[in-house]
Amino acid sequence: MSEAARAAAPRTNRLGLALADYKGAKTTLCAGCGHNAISERVLDAFFEMGIAPERVAKLSGIGCSSKSPAYFMGRSHAFNAVHGRMPSVATGAVLANRRLLALGVSGDGDTASIGLGQFGHLMRRNLPMIYLVEDNGVYGLTKGQFSATADAGSTLKTGVVNELPAIDTCALAIQLGASFVGRSFSGDKKQLSAMLKAAVAHRGTAMLDVISPCVTFNDHQGSTKSYGYMKDHDEPLHEISFVPSFEEIDVEYAAGASVDVRMHDGSHLRLRKLEEDYDPRDKARALSRIAESHGRGEVLTGVLWVDPDAPTFLDLLELPEEPLATLPAERLRPPREALAAVLEEFR
Amino acid sequence: MGVNDFSIQVATVNGSGSQSANAVLLRSLFQMGIPVSGKNLFPSNIAGLPTWYTIRASAEGFVARKKEVDLLVAMNAESAREDVAGLRPGAVVVYDEPLGLASLRDDLAALGVPFDAIVRTVTGDARLSKLLRNMAYVGVVAQLLGIELAEVERAIERQFPGKKKAVELNVAAARAGHAHAAGKRFAAGALRAERMDANRGKIVIDGNTAAALGAIFGGFAMVAWYPITPSSSLTEALIHYARKLRIGPDGKASFAVVQAEDELAAAGMVVGAGWAGARAMTATSGPGVSLMSEFAGLAYFAEIPAVIWDVQRVGPSTGLPTRTAQGDLLSTAYLSHGDTRHLLLIPGSVEECFTMAGQALDLAERFQTPVFVLSDLDLGMNVWMSDPFPYPERPLDRGKVLSREALEKLGSFARYADVDGDGVGWRTLPGTDHPAAAYFTRGTGHDERARYSERPDDWEKNLQRIARKIDGARAATPQPELSGSGARVGILSAGTSRWAVEESRVQLRREQGLETDHLRVRAFPFADAVREFVAAHDRVYVVDQNRDGQLGQLLRLELPVELLPRLRPVAHVTGLPLDARSLTDEIAGRENPS
Repeated sequence: MSEAARAAAPRTNRLGLALADYKGAKTTLCAGCGHNAISERVLDAFFEMGIAPERVAKLSGIGCSSKSPAYFMGRSHAFNAVHGRMPSVATGAVLANRRLLALGVSGDGDTASIGLGQFGHLMRRNLPMIYLVEDNGVYGLTKGQFSATADAGSTLKTGVVNELPAIDTCALAIQLGASFVGRSFSGDKKQLSAMLKAAVAHRGTAMLDVISPCVTFNDHQGSTKSYGYMKDHDEPLHEISFVPSFEEIDVEYAAGASVDVRMHDGSHLRLRKLEEDYDPRDKARALSRIAESHGRGEVLTGVLWVDPDAPTFLDLLELPEEPLATLPAERLRPPREALAAVLEEFR
Repeated sequence: MGVNDFSIQVATVNGSGSQSANAVLLRSLFQMGIPVSGKNLFPSNIAGLPTWYTIRASAEGFVARKKEVDLLVAMNAESAREDVAGLRPGAVVVYDEPLGLASLRDDLAALGVPFDAIVRTVTGDARLSKLLRNMAYVGVVAQLLGIELAEVERAIERQFPGKKKAVELNVAAARAGHAHAAGKRFAAGALRAERMDANRGKIVIDGNTAAALGAIFGGFAMVAWYPITPSSSLTEALIHYARKLRIGPDGKASFAVVQAEDELAAAGMVVGAGWAGARAMTATSGPGVSLMSEFAGLAYFAEIPAVIWDVQRVGPSTGLPTRTAQGDLLSTAYLSHGDTRHLLLIPGSVEECFTMAGQALDLAERFQTPVFVLSDLDLGMNVWMSDPFPYPERPLDRGKVLSREALEKLGSFARYADVDGDGVGWRTLPGTDHPAAAYFTRGTGHDERARYSERPDDWEKNLQRIARKIDGARAATPQPELSGSGARVGILSAGTSRWAVEESRVQLRREQGLETDHLRVRAFPFADAVREFVAAHDRVYVVDQNRDGQLGQLLRLELPVELLPRLRPVAHVTGLPLDARSLTDEIAGRENPS
């Protein structure tokens, strides 16, 4: 290849795939919707990490967020299931084929309202998957009702005030057993990209709550999920960089100024501290810091909690390396003698 | 009633440990070569409420519940008076002496037995005495009916494998009861057990265990479940035997088990696994099916394999959770909103629980749709005699799945295109390593290439294709079973009703001279043979174990209208397994109105 041709050729990842190989259909969400930015970050992350799109299963529930898997990674299988039930579908799919990299895309209504039960049990199982909450505090497809992540005191465009406290999906996920929990903002390209790449590298449940403003129904004065509110209240815990296992570490931070988390696959999550005493490997601290942030009206972002080596649900099941879906018939049906032998017990 | 033709009912207190004694009694008769069946009529309770166990011996091989009790063992003060009041004249009562039942009626043969005194000769331990009283009544009944003590002892050894002390104590209690009743055989009158040779090669097993074995040999790879009576023992047996039979040489399991947070999640996990290509199933009962309604509709419309066992109990609502019914025929046939129609398999024996467990997994993958298997509490939780189950000879049917190599040749595929004319599209599994493998599964309207579509023609075409697919499955599901031919009166039944129907046909012939034919439905949508059967008979009694005659209602929805006047609903809704006498009396009364 000539120098000129090399320069003109699209950049490729370690699999030799171009970014175009990770594209999906054209979005049908509103212009300016935070979800579209998240879709871009997601496909970027999988591209950068060199994950074959065919290995990925995209799963979602119902709502604007749950439509978005159609808009990225068209070469990945996808399952847009029923409202609030994506966690169970994802569980079945991952058990059937443990080689899949499952990416769940949900919303605040889908997760914290109708889907709270399944969400909680998914976190508890620490199933290997990425679980994204595209969080705008409002139901878009039904035209602007509060969801359960809307903050107390925030208002709808119509002036209706939300009287009930918000459910913090991150605090729940940490308490219930997820092993990688973070919060980010659709408008923070750098932070979200690094967190998504770390999520891809993580072996258990990586739960990311991403504030993603709804430009049509919840981007006004009085909303706590608007671009304006995030601009003033985003409180990052650290600056995040991610070094995949297949790259050299080239930036060194002064000792004490950063936290280096070695992920299970050998990659590194580098967190340059913005808060002196925050270490995301301290669960109690994570929970108390989240509680503090509610009192101060801050939106705390960053990697809130990580336990890179926590056992996953798959570790408990003694499954073979070969996916259950493609086990040969002789593994699925015991021989004739086995039936004769077991029936002897009933004679 | 008489020689090898009697029913025993044991009335005890739930939680008093009578299960083992009843199993030993049944087993002893079985070992004597006498056809036998047992039914546990138990309360929704851990301990304290009345419970009954009925054992029927029948030289003719009838295994339905017998309406009349020939010998009552009354151990429970709370239910004793009512139990005695319900006996037919001439029946035998063995009762715990302090209950003083002899004075209640003078048309019974009553035998008071001092069980406490008998057991005191075996142990001084109060807790053990309570349990051993049960084995003492086994000894008494054995003596009265002529059940061989050696068979009782053999059955006790089998009941307590490897527990030497328990065997010794129980054998001693049985012997003490047996000795106490010596010389009192006259009390049993004509009732008598005599050795015969009808059980050679037979097994005794409950339907839930049979279903579990069927799934193991039918190639299940994943089960997600939520405990609910009467289906829990199906999954528990599945876990137990899969751990013995489905661990590979590498020590790894060729299956996954998830106890889900509810039936909704269990159904979702099965659908997720089925989508990703694993043969997945769940087992539940009516209330669980209600929760699975949403996923049943999704799986029907998105065309995903799933197997759902519904071990039916009495509803609506919590109903009678420990009693039997066939009340979910209508709800499962059309489960979920919009246009749905599901494949149902309806086993009528433990052997069919075994075979249909594998067939359901095959059919689900072949037709890419949920398959419901409608068992019931009577079949699932009671023990039945059976011939040993046949090893499945047909290879696993994995349905239409395109491999990477096939995609390489085809270049692309359309998930919901009817390329073969049977309404069944080709699918790819997630993870298939080919750029054209992916498609977007959704519960929303879609075109042949699985793209979102609200076009009227796409919607209609897709839904009509699914209807053709489901209709086409009728030829692949288990066909109805016909007994008799040429009669003018027909009887239609499904599931466990068959046993009462078959016995009732004999009673109708003997008592009324009425010949009947019987067609047992084994699947929905109904095979053509069902329509032909109704067309060939003047009157067809449709037997149901529910209030509204749901099998009859399904027939009304599915049969040509001119055949409907022939249908005569016979519905039975007591929570008890259907008996032949009730059926015979009703059909005879309607055939010969006085």
